[in-house]
Amino acid sequence: MASVASVVVKVALSGLIACACACAKAATTTETETFRVDEIKPGVFVHLGAIEDWEPANGGDVANLGFVVGRRCVAVIDTGGTPAIGQALRAAIERATPLPICYVILTHAHPDHLLGSVAFVAPNRAQPASASLPATTPVPVFVASARYPRTLTARAPFYLNALKRDFGIALTPADIVYPSVTVDKTLTLDLGDRTLTLQAWPTAHTDNDLTVYDTLTRTLFASDLLFVSHLPALDGSLRGWLGVMADLRRLDVASVVPGHGAVGNDWPVTMNAQAAYLNGLLGDTRAAVRAPLTIQQAIDRIPVGGPANWRLTDRFHRRNVTSAFVELEWEDEPPPTAGAAPAKAAAQSPPSPSSRGTSAVPTRSDRTP
Amino acid sequence: MKHDSPPSIAARRSALGVALLAGLGPSAWAQLKTGENPEANPIWQKVRANLFQSRPIIAAAADMLSLDAPVRADDAAVVPIAIRTRAPQTGGKRIDKVYLVIDNNPSPISAIFQFTPLAGRADIETRVRIDEYTHVRAIAETSDGQLLMATRFLKAAGGCSAPPGKDAQAALATLGRMKFRVETDPAADPKGDRPVLAQLMISHPNNSGLAMDQVSRLFTPAHFVRQLRVTYGGELVMSADVDFSISENPNFRFYFLPKGGGELKAEVIDSNDLKFETALSYRRPD
Repeated sequence: MASVASVVVKVALSGLIACACACAKAATTTETETFRVDEIKPGVFVHLGAIEDWEPANGGDVANLGFVVGRRCVAVIDTGGTPAIGQALRAAIERATPLPICYVILTHAHPDHLLGSVAFVAPNRAQPASASLPATTPVPVFVASARYPRTLTARAPFYLNALKRDFGIALTPADIVYPSVTVDKTLTLDLGDRTLTLQAWPTAHTDNDLTVYDTLTRTLFASDLLFVSHLPALDGSLRGWLGVMADLRRLDVASVVPGHGAVGNDWPVTMNAQAAYLNGLLGDTRAAVRAPLTIQQAIDRIPVGGPANWRLTDRFHRRNVTSAFVELEWEDEPPPTAGAAPAKAAAQSPPSPSSRGTSAVPTRSDRTP
Repeated sequence: MKHDSPPSIAARRSALGVALLAGLGPSAWAQLKTGENPEANPIWQKVRANLFQSRPIIAAAADMLSLDAPVRADDAAVVPIAIRTRAPQTGGKRIDKVYLVIDNNPSPISAIFQFTPLAGRADIETRVRIDEYTHVRAIAETSDGQLLMATRFLKAAGGCSAPPGKDAQAALATLGRMKFRVETDPAADPKGDRPVLAQLMISHPNNSGLAMDQVSRLFTPAHFVRQLRVTYGGELVMSADVDFSISENPNFRFYFLPKGGGELKAEVIDSNDLKFETALSYRRPD
């Protein structure tokens, strides 16, 4: 797709950028009792979540979160798994800079990444009077993929139930924040002498993945399109995800912040373990479908592949096999069964023309790897 | 062969009202987490009264009826369920019907399967959506009127309202496409007289009507497979009245007894009264 190439941004190295690696090594660290934020590049801050499942034992603090500080204002990338985490992140931002928050970017509609959003609804602190800085909106603008609202609408009641059932936290539907700006393909945000490029991707980890690229430091916030150490979790399309990863490989990235796991400085090598796991899952599940095994047999038998010592395999691998199986079982016709003639299928009352009039937008999953 | 048509799940759903969790008190939330006391769930008590009135229900011995399901569902939208019976479908006492009830789903009565002697075994495998932590029940009704129940507690949530599929337009384009196959295992059937396993796959979004389109602010209309009828050589093998608790792209695995040769045929009707059918000819290998 043409839009994919458009995010490949070549940046001439300025003195500031050349300094980026050295600066990162001397990064300032802001640490409070429980909520730590590291400045991995000038003006690029990251909070690393625990490599665990979203659950009360870790306070729901499992997703990587971040913020980027421009000359004019701040953009937040994901808000955390509970309102308290959102509040802690907001406090960390206010310690790091007096500038207001102009954008809150939500990378996809999973609870560990978005339930802190309610902490960012309140207006910014009064801005220091400065004629040199252009005005920002008094409240942050929420930004997400164009497919984020639909998915979140369907799932929000279950996130609220889980918060109440497992965490004992009572939120109301009004505490679920929806974006006022959505991204169909790409969008550039200006933070004041610093731009972020947002890109919405075809169905991969989820159907509403959004990445954030900081042009100044060539830092990619990969969202959950990249898992490091934490077993990748499939809630979209396996073939789609592998297709998106092939496009991500071509990006010019100095540092990558995965959705879960440590920051990587060796792009695209950082992605290799995930690629090995997902390719293994594709091959094994395809073989199971063709064997044929039942979905339960496939879930019970397909081993965790890939070279890495993944964590959380017990929580996510079987689920991944389930998702992969239902995606791949319709892929093509199985070989004829012994003793059975080929099936003939006919719809006696075909669907009305109106229901099949619009052709689907092609996605990466249309490709056969 | 004359056979009663299955009771309408839709009629029973409206009689029950839609089960909602919003009004649960603190003790109900605790029960939801642990699955204690399966009989206490008020939703189950309503379903039970509706389906079986005050008839006794016996906890099934594992050698009569079992319900296989994962304790923690890996994917709430696709939870494999296997109902296995041990009683032979021939001779005097056999299993006529199997009810699948998912207490905390929006429409708890998820499927009612009816089997004839031609099924050979009253077993069924399918995949269901699970909306909240819940008890799942298989209740078998024998030809002499006995009710046996197998119950499992299942931890999963969000299956019914998950956006169906990844691409609604693509799903509509393949609506009603079916894959039908027979699985034979000569090693398990040395005499060539055992029931034979068949699998039916139906491409259908099976919309629950519970997922909202954020743009239009309208709920995607419910559109799901509601009836399935399988015949072999023109005689009924099994029929099912099903609901949107069945996962997208419904998948059923069941048995039939191929006497001689003949056509195995599946007819499907959905909630918009669209009809789909598929068939294959099958003769047991000599």
